[in-house]
Amino acid sequence: MSDPRTRIPDATIVELSSQRDEIRALVEKIVDLADEAGYSKSSTYAIRLALVEGIANAFEHGHKSLGHDAPIRVEYSISERVVEVAIEDQGTGFVPAELPDPTLEENISNPRGRGVMLMRAYMTDVTFNQAGNRVKLRYEPKN
Amino acid sequence: MSDSRLRITESNSVTQVEFVDRNILDEVNIQAISEEITGLIGLAEIPRILINFTNVDHLSSAALGALITINKKIKDKSGELRLANIDPQIYEIFVITQLNSLFNIHETADEALEKFAG
Repeated sequence: MSDPRTRIPDATIVELSSQRDEIRALVEKIVDLADEAGYSKSSTYAIRLALVEGIANAFEHGHKSLGHDAPIRVEYSISERVVEVAIEDQGTGFVPAELPDPTLEENISNPRGRGVMLMRAYMTDVTFNQAGNRVKLRYEPKN
Repeated sequence: MSDSRLRITESNSVTQVEFVDRNILDEVNIQAISEEITGLIGLAEIPRILINFTNVDHLSSAALGALITINKKIKDKSGELRLANIDPQIYEIFVITQLNSLFNIHETADEALEKFAG
């Protein structure tokens, strides 16, 4: 947690296993909290999608060589003004700038590689730490 | 097949597939759906498949990936895949990823059924 850009002050911290029911429950909990905080349906749609993509990336790519038992860490903070979620895996990280553009003709038929693009499309900010094993999703509703 | 994630109907040699789940988000669910549709492709000499997204609220990038793989398998057998009834919020995901240019997407299932080759 050396990278201040991805830090979330006063966050709720959860260790999350790769069990689908556990993942689903956490995603729905964060979405429900945003709903209760007054976020619109299109906002909670965006938050759910970005969460699903971020968590899937952490397990599939971050923990590729670590096995299914290694948990990831999810931190979240929800206010009426902003939703912030950080997802951190125990992997060695990746370089986001090196991700191929999935919309290019040579990549359009590749079944993978669209998660980060969708997170960026739906969130106000998507910030990776230096190591590339932690991402902070930040969503501010558009008024 | 009590644990099937799909509702499958057949009309005019087109196999129409609908999803049981409103959310097609997690890898396990998506893999089960892919395997079922791959089974349908395997059974047909020239697969003509309409995937009807009625009732589907959420789709992840992993689901998009599964659709790309399904499309390829159908094309490999000179078949046709058409998608219909995609909720506007989900369609936006196709637009962002530019996959709306890769798939044949129709507003309604009837419109899609009319477009299948003879």
